Amino acid sequence: MDDQSLLNETWTVAGRTFSSRLIVGTGKYKDYAQNAAAARASGAEIVTVAVRRVNLTDPNRPMLMDYVKQDEFTYLPNTAGCFTGEDAVRTLRLAREAGGWNLVKLEVLSDPKTLYPDMEETLRSLKLLVKDGFDVMVYCSDDPVYARKLEEAGAAAIMPLAAPIGSGLGIQNPVTLRIIIENAKVPVLVDAGVGTASEAAEAMELGCDAVLMNTAIAEAKDPIRMARAMKHAVIAGREAYLAGRMPRKLYADPSSPLAGLI
Amino acid sequence: MVKILLNGEEKEVAASNLTALIEEIGLDGRKIAVEKNLEIVPRSTYLATQIANGDRLEIVHFVGGG
Repeated sequence: MDDQSLLNETWTVAGRTFSSRLIVGTGKYKDYAQNAAAARASGAEIVTVAVRRVNLTDPNRPMLMDYVKQDEFTYLPNTAGCFTGEDAVRTLRLAREAGGWNLVKLEVLSDPKTLYPDMEETLRSLKLLVKDGFDVMVYCSDDPVYARKLEEAGAAAIMPLAAPIGSGLGIQNPVTLRIIIENAKVPVLVDAGVGTASEAAEAMELGCDAVLMNTAIAEAKDPIRMARAMKHAVIAGREAYLAGRMPRKLYADPSSPLAGLI
Repeated sequence: MVKILLNGEEKEVAASNLTALIEEIGLDGRKIAVEKNLEIVPRSTYLATQIANGDRLEIVHFVGGG
């Protein structure tokens, strides 16, 4: 693949086409300036954001939108903190009004210790949101059966975890991820679990359409450098996936010809 | 003055419509979204949206998140 075909390599979610296969979160940074610098370094075109009450006691406090600008990035509002479908719909209706955008990330969590998604409620929430006109990218468990149900219910993308949110444990479930990817007709993104660049590449080598991460960049010692590393890792992983890896062999196979030895 | 519940806090405000309220609390109207009594208020209707005693308002914006 030459540079030109790499440039033309895009992916599409809910009719919107993007070049970067890396989506980054905007949480946990030291400040919004560092956040914006990391987002730029990552090459991401989409950033996830949360919806919260404005600070009434200090309305002049810096706002995310002053730094991570909407003319530079597509905002993907999330439903972090929502535990029911009704909460999720309410939150995202506000997000749609604030941002004028109906591509959203649904996450309905259950257990605070594992931050595992409540899949029954996630599916119910998805149906409410689809009925309300949203294009929904869904954070989910790595259960291929639920992944299929989400797709049937109209999910714009399936986003299984590779390990718990913020854990940085890397890809713990390559087999189930692979099954989900092979069966899905909508984009599949690994959302959560990646800790370093090689793991982002690994997710892409499995055939994911993109990777979504936050903590791996925000909590690196040098977030901006890690953002850059992730940009390259995602490109490398995608290229390796398209290239097709060599078969694994038990024994060695010499790289230099045996014929013509002196 | 009207008594409202704003972002979960009881407040007495002078404003009688939403545009005035946003100005009164010092917020830039372009960067927020408003819900009044569980209904979204479209930006184009702020001026026409009356604020009355007992109204429950939520004013939100985007913050960092994953």
